[in-house]
Amino acid sequence: MASIDWTRATRYFLLADFFGGFRLGMRYFFKPKTTVNYPHEKGPLSPRFRGELALRRYANGEERCIACKLCEAICPAQAITIEAEPRDDGSRRTTRYDVDMTKCIYCGFCQEACPVDAIVLGQNFEFSTETREELFYNKDRLLASGDRWEPELARNLELDAPYR
Amino acid sequence: MTDLRKIIIDGMELEVDPRLTLLQACEEAGVEIPRFCYHERLSIAGNCRMCLVEVKGGPPKPAASCAMQVKDLRPGPEGQPPEVMTRTPMVKKAREGVMEFLLINHPLDCPICDQGGECDLQDQAMAYGVDFSRYREPKRAAIDPDLGPLVGTCMTRCISCTRCVRFLTEVAGVPEMGQTGRGEDSEITSYLGAMLTSELQGNVIDLCPVGALTNKPYAYTARPWELRKTETIDVIDALGTNIRVDVRGREVMRILPRNHDGVNEEWMADRSRFVWDGLRRQRLDRPYVRRDGKLHAATWAEAFGAIAEAARGKRFAALAGDLAPAEAVYALRELARALGGTTECRVDGARLPAGNRSAYVGTATIRDVEAADAILLIGSNPRNEAPVLNARMRKAWLNGCEIAVLGEPADLAYPYSHLGTGPADLDKARDGLAGAERPVVVVGMGALCRADGGAVLGRAMALAGETGAKLLVLHTAAGRVGAMDLGFTTEGGMEAALDGAEVIYALGVDEVDLPDGAFVVYQGSHGDRGAHRADVILPACAYTEETGIFVNMEGRPQLANRAGFPPGDARENWAIIRALSAALDATLPFDSVADLRAAMVSEVPHLGRIDQVPENAWTPLPAGDITDQAFGSVATDHYLGTPIGRASEVMAEMSRLSRSRSAPPLAAE
Repeated sequence: MASIDWTRATRYFLLADFFGGFRLGMRYFFKPKTTVNYPHEKGPLSPRFRGELALRRYANGEERCIACKLCEAICPAQAITIEAEPRDDGSRRTTRYDVDMTKCIYCGFCQEACPVDAIVLGQNFEFSTETREELFYNKDRLLASGDRWEPELARNLELDAPYR
Repeated sequence: MTDLRKIIIDGMELEVDPRLTLLQACEEAGVEIPRFCYHERLSIAGNCRMCLVEVKGGPPKPAASCAMQVKDLRPGPEGQPPEVMTRTPMVKKAREGVMEFLLINHPLDCPICDQGGECDLQDQAMAYGVDFSRYREPKRAAIDPDLGPLVGTCMTRCISCTRCVRFLTEVAGVPEMGQTGRGEDSEITSYLGAMLTSELQGNVIDLCPVGALTNKPYAYTARPWELRKTETIDVIDALGTNIRVDVRGREVMRILPRNHDGVNEEWMADRSRFVWDGLRRQRLDRPYVRRDGKLHAATWAEAFGAIAEAARGKRFAALAGDLAPAEAVYALRELARALGGTTECRVDGARLPAGNRSAYVGTATIRDVEAADAILLIGSNPRNEAPVLNARMRKAWLNGCEIAVLGEPADLAYPYSHLGTGPADLDKARDGLAGAERPVVVVGMGALCRADGGAVLGRAMALAGETGAKLLVLHTAAGRVGAMDLGFTTEGGMEAALDGAEVIYALGVDEVDLPDGAFVVYQGSHGDRGAHRADVILPACAYTEETGIFVNMEGRPQLANRAGFPPGDARENWAIIRALSAALDATLPFDSVADLRAAMVSEVPHLGRIDQVPENAWTPLPAGDITDQAFGSVATDHYLGTPIGRASEVMAEMSRLSRSRSAPPLAAE
C-alpha cells in the first residue's frame, strides 16, 4: 500500500490551485490592457506604414504626378496603368492613372520611385469594399484619397525624410 | 589603301588605317568610347569633349579621340607604336570632369523628358559620371524655338553637340539651324526663328543625344520601356526604308528608322516617320455592301455573297494599288487567272515594260547611286518622291558627283545642271555621262506616266547603254516592283485591263478614277477615295499589321513584319482573297502564308532571297517615237501621297504648311 503524500493533500484541501488561479486572474484584471476596442480605438501606426495608395497635390492644388511612369515600371505586381499626353498648357500630365488595388502588394516601390512624392502609401487600411470592381481605383479616386489624407501624408513624409 | 599603322589600344596591339580617327580605331579594337557630338555619318565637330583619351606619342594631355587621327600620333623614340589608353585614372578623371560640366546646365527633368530611358546623356552619366554635383548656382535657361509641328524643343536640355545643325546642313542640305552666342550663351536656334522645312527633319530627333529635340506628335504618350519593338519595312515611298515600329498595347506609338547601309543608311523621311496617327483614323473595320446607293455595314459572309452574286460570269479585272504586299498581289493574280480576268498594277499609267526587269527596275542599286560620279535625273524630283534617296544623291554630289536634270527644275538641296525639260533634250546628257566613270541614269515617274513613257525609257536605256551608265527607275509605289515581278500586268496597260471590265477588284487602289457602271470591290485599310467608289468594301490590314514582302525600287525584296493587329474585322490581305476565292468557287491552293510564299517563290525565286538585290540582265527596249511635251512631275502631295498619309492629321498639317510656303506672298507682306 502506497504512503500518502501529505504535502500534496494539504495543498489539495486548502484550495491552493484555486487561489493561485484567482490571483493570476486578479493580476491581469488590474494590469493595463494590451488589446484595443478596435472600431472605436486604433493602435499606433509607424510613419512608414504602407496602406491605401493616394495621389497627392501641391499646396496650390496642382496635381503632383508628372506621368513619368516610373511607378508603373517598378510595380512588381503590375497594378498601375498610366496613360499620358500633353495637357492644354503643354505640361506633362496623366490622362489615366489606374491602380488595381486587388493586385497591389503594398511593397511601396512606387512611392520610392516617385520623383515628386505624388504616389504615396497612406495610413488608411480600412478600405474594404463589397465588390471587387470598387477596388479598381482611377485617378479621381486616388486624388480624392490624397486630398482627404493630405495632413497625415505630409506629416509621414516629413518624419521619414531624414532616413531617405 | 594606304599602309596600315601599328597602334596599341589599351595594351592590345593592332594595325589600322592611319586615316581613321582614334575613336574609330578604338571601335575596331572593341573599346567603347563615350561620345555625344561624334556621329559616323556627320562631319567631326569635336565639341562635346566626352571622347577624351590618354595618348602616348601625342600631346601630353587628354586628347579628343574623335578629332585626332591615327597618323597624328608619333612613334616613340625607339620606334614603339603610339599608345592609346582609355582606362587610366587620367581618362576617368577627364570623363568625370566633362560629364560634370555637361550637367552644369542640364536640367534634372528626366522624369518629364521624353528621352528618359533612351537618353545618351542619362546612360553615359550613369556609366562615366560621378553621383553628385558641386554646382550650386542657378542654371542657364533658354528660349525654345518653334521648329514646326514635328520637332518639339526644350533647349535648356541642349548640350550643344550640334549634331542637328550638321545633319540639316550636310545631309538634308537645308542649313536651317545654327548655333549663336558663345560660352554659356550659346544656343541652337533656327535661322530667323523660322520653322524647319526639310522633309528629313525628323532625323534630328534621333540624332539629339539628349531630350532637347523631341518627337512632338509622340510627346509624353509612351516610355521606351513599355513599347514592343518590331523591325519592319516602310511603304510610304518605294525606297523600302528599314523601320522599327514601336507598339504599346494595340496602338502604334511611333516609328523609327533602322540602319541599313544599302537602303536608307539610318535616315527616314518625315512622311514615313510621322504617319502613324493615320493608322488609327479612317480605318475600315468591317465589310460594307452598297445597297440602294448607300454603303451598309455587313458581315464577311454577306460581303462575299454580294461579290459572288455580282461577279458570276462577268468580266473580271484586278488592280493592285501602291501599298499591296507581294503575297496579296500573288493571291489576287491567281484569283484573276482562275476567273479568266485581267490584272494590272501600273495604275498610274506608268509605261513600265512587263517582264523586262532591267527596264522596270534598272541595274543600279542605291549604293551605286551614292557612289556615282555622274547622275542624270529624268522626269523625277527625288526630293519629293524619295527624300532619303535624295539625301544620298546629295552625298554623291558632296563627293564630287555631277548631277544633271531633265524635267521640271526644282530645289533638290544640291546644285545641278538643268539640261532641258523634255525628252528631246536627252542627247544633251550624253557627254556628261560618257565622261564619267560610274554614271547612273535615274528615270522617274514623271517621264514614264505619259503616253510616250515607254519610248522615253527606251531612249534612256539606249543612252545608258551607250555611255555605260547604270539605270535606276525611281518608283513611287512600294508595292509596284513586287507586282511587276509577279507579272501582275496586262499588255496595253490600264486601258486594256479595264476594257469592258464589269467587276473591278481594287486592291488598295485609291488614286485612280474607275469607270462608271462597273461593280467595284475595294479591299484596303482606309476609307479613302477608293472606298467611296466601291460597291463592296473588304477591310484589310495596313502595312504594320501583316507580314509581307515588298520589293523596293532597286529590286531588293524585304520582309515586313506584323507589329500590331488590325482594328475590328479587318483581315490580312492575302487571307481575304483566299477566303473570297472559296466563295467564288475558285479556291486557291494555299491555306497559310507559308504555303503562299512557297508557291510564290517557286515561281519568282528572287522574292525568296530577302535583302538581296538580284542582277538584272540588260535588255534594251526598242526606241519608239517621242513627243516634245515637257516632263511633268508626279502630281501627288509629298505628305498626302498614300491613304495612310491622307488619314493623318500630322501629315495634313505638314501639307498645309508646305503649301503655304510655296504660295507666293501677298503684296501686303
